[in-house]
Amino acid sequence: MAINLKEMSAAQDLLAPGHRLCAGCAESIVVRQVLHAVGQPVVVASPTGCLEVSTSPYPYTSWRVPWIHNAFENVASTISGVETMYRSLVKQGKLEDKGIKFVVFAGDGATYDIGLQFLSGALERGHKFLYVCLNNEAYMNTGIQRSSATPLGAWTTTSPVGDAVPGKRENRKDITAIVAAHDIPYVAQAAPHAWRDLMTKAQKAISADGPSFINVLVPCQRGWRHPAEETIAITKLAVETCVWPLYEVVDGEWKLNYRPSPKKPITDWLQSQGRFRHLLTPENTHIVDSLQEIVDRQWDKLLERCKA
Amino acid sequence: MVSQKVKGKPVALDGDRAVAEAIRQMNPDVVAAYPITPQTEIVMRFSEFVANGEVVTEFIPVESEHAAMSACIGASAAGGRAQTATAGAGLAFMWEVLWVASGTRLPIVMHVVNRSLSAPLNIHCDHSDSMGARDAGWIQLYDETVQEAYDNAIQALRIAEHPDIMLPTLHALDGFILGHGVERLELLPDDAVRSFIGIYEPQHPLLDVDHPVTYGPMVLTDYFFEYKRQQAAAMERALEIIPQIGEEYGTFTGRYYGLMEGYRLEDAEFATIALGSTAGTIKTVVDELRDQGVKAGLLKLRCFRPFPATILAEALGDKKAIAVLDRSLSFGAQGGPLFLEVITALFTHGLSPKVLNYAYGLGGRDIVPARIHQVYKDLIEIDREGLTESSIRYLGLRE
Repeated sequence: MAINLKEMSAAQDLLAPGHRLCAGCAESIVVRQVLHAVGQPVVVASPTGCLEVSTSPYPYTSWRVPWIHNAFENVASTISGVETMYRSLVKQGKLEDKGIKFVVFAGDGATYDIGLQFLSGALERGHKFLYVCLNNEAYMNTGIQRSSATPLGAWTTTSPVGDAVPGKRENRKDITAIVAAHDIPYVAQAAPHAWRDLMTKAQKAISADGPSFINVLVPCQRGWRHPAEETIAITKLAVETCVWPLYEVVDGEWKLNYRPSPKKPITDWLQSQGRFRHLLTPENTHIVDSLQEIVDRQWDKLLERCKA
Repeated sequence: MVSQKVKGKPVALDGDRAVAEAIRQMNPDVVAAYPITPQTEIVMRFSEFVANGEVVTEFIPVESEHAAMSACIGASAAGGRAQTATAGAGLAFMWEVLWVASGTRLPIVMHVVNRSLSAPLNIHCDHSDSMGARDAGWIQLYDETVQEAYDNAIQALRIAEHPDIMLPTLHALDGFILGHGVERLELLPDDAVRSFIGIYEPQHPLLDVDHPVTYGPMVLTDYFFEYKRQQAAAMERALEIIPQIGEEYGTFTGRYYGLMEGYRLEDAEFATIALGSTAGTIKTVVDELRDQGVKAGLLKLRCFRPFPATILAEALGDKKAIAVLDRSLSFGAQGGPLFLEVITALFTHGLSPKVLNYAYGLGGRDIVPARIHQVYKDLIEIDREGLTESSIRYLGLRE
């Protein structure tokens, strides 16, 4: 499908309205954008998480396309099985080759933490599927617990702000680079405010000859503590502050997709969300400094990788 | 369906290779598996079949057993035949998704080569692994011989895919004893196996993009209970269907299978009950005792899930004393898993014979004929002198 607003607004969403995601949740926005870009025929898999529970409360379903949920940690193995069965049946002539595409939508907990082994295995085996991480930087479905995608200093219910500990003590890990290290054909970071960028990436990813991965920042107004209507503005701010750079790795070549000018300070990002509010006090200046230092260092490293 | 007896090919194979041959002949659309002693040989052998183009199967060499079962779930839901094999810790690692497979009513076939569970680490046979999965909603068959491992592997598929069952099915062969033990068996011709298993017609395949279905929804307090009740009903129906499939298998192989096998059981006064290869050892002892005039018998249970309580109670109702042999412990329970099932079956059928429970063979400890003789001696003794204590007896333990 062409990526333009006219066509997008005329086409039927493959994720039906009436699902139970929160107002202001970026997940349904991203799912609809990606599925628009990928088009049919498509089979979707999701692990346990916000998207899964909000779209499949029996006897209802929001999915207008075939969809499967197995468990929390194993969506990459599940889609491996589905994709392999498709190849097997087509090879044997038991099924017509309709060019079915396989897409995963998974949260950061299922991707960075409990599902990392399964993801790595599926990438190494080279199954042809697109894995989209809906990264809201914590376990939102169970009530805002820290994951290894949660940034340094953030408040969550398992990294609470107390007199002795000011929020999460560790920084997030760089899963996009970990995935890129598998040397798969296509890896990218994206955000829903840059919808054309995201959808173009989805089309490139699904056309790749092998596994592909897009890590998408999806604000959670409940967990990040921001007004529901700020979702899209906040993803833009993440990119403008270099907290969430937009880039892609195509066949091992790193490419920067957007360079903010000027690069905004981390404090703009921190001020936009209640989960960082405690950091903006004099005694926590050192954490803000650390965060700025991390962003700067990772941005410089990215520029170097991208030869930008 | 094959109606006439076909000529099998006599071969000498160990259990793992016999199972690998059965998988080759069934030619599943997808196999996802991970190596673990003592199952490894199945995966190795099957990989050779794939490499040599002897199967159409797409093999997924997964990075763990949890992924093996997870991939089988995806593959089976997609709309084709999926199989795996595992042992011990591998089966334990799958435990969560065993429930997903059965709750989603996917007819996956799994070959389990029984191995003890850590700690301490041990690679040898006991039934801790499959007994640990006994409530996971899988049909469970146990093999006495390599021939049975082969035959049950093939029948497992028909059982799983029966439209009135649609439950994943496993069969278990004792690690090393059968898995690595070479025995004579008869392999069926490939076409006989393929004719017996027929063509699989998936009911609501995920890959039917023209009729999209949602697999694995969230089901809460309003429907979950009904979901589970239907699963239980399918298990109950399997009690009728498993012997029908075993009968059909017998018509062309000459080897008929039911839910259990009685060995010199009908007129026996003293009976033992066992699963797996130990039944073979017991048969030898029964023959020896019969020669001495002791009315000994054996009830070999083939099907542990669903548990055939009624036919078991009918077969045991008139016995003077019974010994139940468990190859696993249920710590803190009033007996091993098999014992508890047998006691319940007897009680619910109004029977209360004297019953002893033996734990044996843990971590591969040999069960030799002399130990089985001891069991029958104990049975004769409690028949004569009464049952004074009912605690578990440990057979072959060094104390």
